[in-house]
Amino acid sequence: MKAIVTVMLKAGVLDPQGKAIGQALHGLGFAGVGEVRAGKVIHLELAETDPAKAQAAAEDMAKKLLANMVIESFKVEIAA
Amino acid sequence: MKAAIVVFPGINRERDMAIALAGSGATPVMQWHKQADFTDIDLVVIPGGFSYGDYLRCGAMAAQSPAMDAVRAHAARGGYVLGVCNGFQILTEAGLLPGALLRNAGLRFLSMDCHLRVERNDTAFTRSYQTGDVFRAPMAHGDGNYFADDATLDRLEGENLVALRYATASGAIPPEAAFNGAARNIAGIYSANLRIMGLMPHPEDLVDPLMGGTDGKPLFDALAMMEAA
Amino acid sequence: MTPDVTQALARQFGLSADEYANVLTILGRTPSYTELGIFSVMWSEHCSYKSSRVWLKTLPTKAPWVIHGPGENAGVVDIGDGLAAIFKMESHNHPSFIEPYSGAATGVGGILRDVFTMGARPIANLNALRFGDPKLAVTKRVVDGVVRGIGGYGNCVGVPTVGGEVNFHPAYNGNPLVNAMTVGIADKTKIFLSAAAGIGNPVVYVGSKTGRDGIHGATMASASFEKDSEEKRPTVQIGDPFTEKLLIEACLELMATDAIIAIQDMGAAGLTSSSVEMAGKGGVGIELDLNAVPQRETAMTAYEMMLSESQERMLMVLRPDRQDMAAAIFAKWDLDFAVIGHLTDTGHIVVRHNGVIEADIPLDPLADQAPLYHRPTEETPKPAKLGPVADPVGIKSALLTLLACPDLASRAWIWDQYDSTIGGQTVKRPGAADAAIVRLDGYTRALALTTDCTPRYCQADPEAGGMQAVAEAWRNITATGALPLAITDNMNFANPEKPRIMGQFAAAIRGMAAACVALDFPVVSGNVSLYNETEGSPILPTPAIGGLGVLEDAAQAVGQAISPGQTLLVIGAAEGWLGQSLWLREITGREDGAPPPVDLAAERRNGDFVRGQILAGAVRACHDVSDGGLLITVSEMALAGDCGVQLSGARDHAGWFGEDQSRYVLAVDDAPAVFSAAIAAGIPVEVIGTTGGRNLTLPDGDTISIADARAMNEKFFPDWMNVTAV
Repeated sequence: MKAIVTVMLKAGVLDPQGKAIGQALHGLGFAGVGEVRAGKVIHLELAETDPAKAQAAAEDMAKKLLANMVIESFKVEIAA
Repeated sequence: MKAAIVVFPGINRERDMAIALAGSGATPVMQWHKQADFTDIDLVVIPGGFSYGDYLRCGAMAAQSPAMDAVRAHAARGGYVLGVCNGFQILTEAGLLPGALLRNAGLRFLSMDCHLRVERNDTAFTRSYQTGDVFRAPMAHGDGNYFADDATLDRLEGENLVALRYATASGAIPPEAAFNGAARNIAGIYSANLRIMGLMPHPEDLVDPLMGGTDGKPLFDALAMMEAA
Repeated sequence: MTPDVTQALARQFGLSADEYANVLTILGRTPSYTELGIFSVMWSEHCSYKSSRVWLKTLPTKAPWVIHGPGENAGVVDIGDGLAAIFKMESHNHPSFIEPYSGAATGVGGILRDVFTMGARPIANLNALRFGDPKLAVTKRVVDGVVRGIGGYGNCVGVPTVGGEVNFHPAYNGNPLVNAMTVGIADKTKIFLSAAAGIGNPVVYVGSKTGRDGIHGATMASASFEKDSEEKRPTVQIGDPFTEKLLIEACLELMATDAIIAIQDMGAAGLTSSSVEMAGKGGVGIELDLNAVPQRETAMTAYEMMLSESQERMLMVLRPDRQDMAAAIFAKWDLDFAVIGHLTDTGHIVVRHNGVIEADIPLDPLADQAPLYHRPTEETPKPAKLGPVADPVGIKSALLTLLACPDLASRAWIWDQYDSTIGGQTVKRPGAADAAIVRLDGYTRALALTTDCTPRYCQADPEAGGMQAVAEAWRNITATGALPLAITDNMNFANPEKPRIMGQFAAAIRGMAAACVALDFPVVSGNVSLYNETEGSPILPTPAIGGLGVLEDAAQAVGQAISPGQTLLVIGAAEGWLGQSLWLREITGREDGAPPPVDLAAERRNGDFVRGQILAGAVRACHDVSDGGLLITVSEMALAGDCGVQLSGARDHAGWFGEDQSRYVLAVDDAPAVFSAAIAAGIPVEVIGTTGGRNLTLPDGDTISIADARAMNEKFFPDWMNVTAV
């Protein structure tokens, strides 16, 4: 079972990397790009076969290590 | 005064720290993180570097290591803890100090001297400075942009727990003096009991006139005067 | 299925028809696919130096203080106090154009390994960088990536980056040069070499796992760029400075014991070159079982494992009775440790994989019969000396233009991204002195380190340029008060199959050799990077020199910063040489004439005098006169000290901006004493001004404030890089 954990900076936290990407996109002529936020995606191969348990395990991992809850939020998706 | 310098894999300023502590008369010992033992240790130092490569987030993996349980226990006993640069990042990741260190606002690693204003001198770390003193120290980091929510920042200021702020040479604290974009120019903070201090710059690299000055030495002089626990 | 081995395939692997015929003769049969790979990388330009060897061996390499010259992983010199300095410079040019961040980062990692392989703790990094026209977007991308890559790797491994140089020229548009230098320190009685010994002894692999990284990187570094180089991207390796840091600590911990018989890093051509070189140098055979190689990817073939350039790996021969102790050290540092073979008495390298012999090659002919070319050379005609050139803009205007030009603008934007203070021993940080000064932890002794080359001189007259590069390195070390000891060279040239290019190479070596002899400044290590051309457009010949000197007492080092109340003296003669000067290029748009010649006897005399005055304590600041000439030198001293200067004595533009060699500006307290000492020694000397105030004032009264000069000098990089790169 595979868990995909997406970690993003929380809404209130300034994201200079996202801002720079946005500026670069404007510089390349892509009009109509609003706010850009950059985060990271972590793929986990899990031995767990029960989706609910896999979800819970991945969330635990995210809270404990993968995300820093002071500045980041996360989302877990479970794929077969 | 006996200081333990905790070495995680990827830590790289441990020798600089040992030189500075020894130069002020303290007795530093290096402790590999897997064998950390703070019996009879007065001060635990987590030095700078790139623990675990700074992969995932700076300090995140070291913060989860068993050695940090020993640091927590030392702190709970009222022991002193100093975290510099990566050490500060590890202390925030471990929840021993509030807030977080974000990427520098300009997205570049910054290696340059900065000026630091001493916000209070009644602590074990700063008693060899005067309140309001400005001293110079090298900074060398990519993630030193101190962040905390407004309530936390207000609490830090309200409880007088800001240790050092980025300043101009004359002691003013305009936002542009915080090259890394740190909130309210915060360069270093204390725990509520004033026994834990974290800071981003490297006073340990400015303790010798040959290296350009001794601005950082009073910090280590103060620590070396610490009464044995 | 692997393709059949044919001459056509050999050609694709970079082997000529003659070279392939020789392979057939050596083996007495058609090589296997893996064997063809081994021959092709060992006989590549990068590994065999087949075009350059005949010239390199004419360089002086010996001196009483040289412990190991070229031929080892790095050069080793005795620096006193029982210590040895181990250093080398190496290029990572092609990868840095394809993928600037990773190319530069792995370049730093590779040169670090060359140094700690020999038992040294790395204490300093430097970088000699050449980039294309700043007006091009690609140049900005490359500069940004290279600087981030050097910082990203060096900062993380915890070795201070203390110096280097940067030039811009359109000749590097498609071929930037990234030359990285590392200096390490070891006990001079504990130097580790690569010659394997002891039949039956285990061959041990340590470090990162092997993946399909950079396969055929060594042959890529030996071919010119064509338009399709975009597609060569997969051969770029990714660096892991965290693992490198662990590898440094683990190796140094093991080196403190008596376990290691021989050690070699896996650099270009990876497991192939390391195993072949260790066994070959030791005169033994080696047998490898690739199933034991730690692998990061599945289903790797013998060919892929032998040619992989995965980073952060080392190969060692250990005492069998110390194997367990060594394994424990690497376990402590969470690094792979695997016995992948043993030494034999066969004189062959035998490679097994899945029980099948994939390669069996006699080592002696692989080394001895490596191609050696005496390629045709064509001399660059000596350029005529430049005639008189009128001054179209005036002194003050030219000064401001030059201070702001890319080749002279402040490099602070770059240095500020490199950790230069880690270690707590950096006495003179980047830009503070003509050479970086790094004290040795626990000693008063310090090293002076620099990199130098003026490629436009080399293009105009490769022999004079090669001589000047060595002389300038010597001069920059001397200007700090240190005694120059030895150099490493990084020979960056275009396609050696073109006689004009090979002629540049031969002439540069000739000039370098003459300077090395006259200045007692031997070559102890080096690297050659050829084929630096894109679609037929060659780089400027760039023999980058990395120089090392020693100061017995770090406190004696002087920098560039002047203070009020001092007198400025210029040491050395000048006629106002504008040929190939920056003034000529930046003010008149011309790049012509002969470059300034170096009178090696005067160089030595002037330098020995200056060093003597510094060590006698008579000099407060010192800066050599180089790019931009005398007025730029004085301006840089004023900026470094944030202090004004009142200049005296009539000079025209040729006097202020000529690049006549072998000169220094000294700031002294007691001018009459230094002046008369120079006269007594027969050294040309002239008082040119006094220090103080907030302005740079020319003899005719024209004034520039230090603040304005600084604004001009510091704007190029920040303005250029203003758009935040991602």
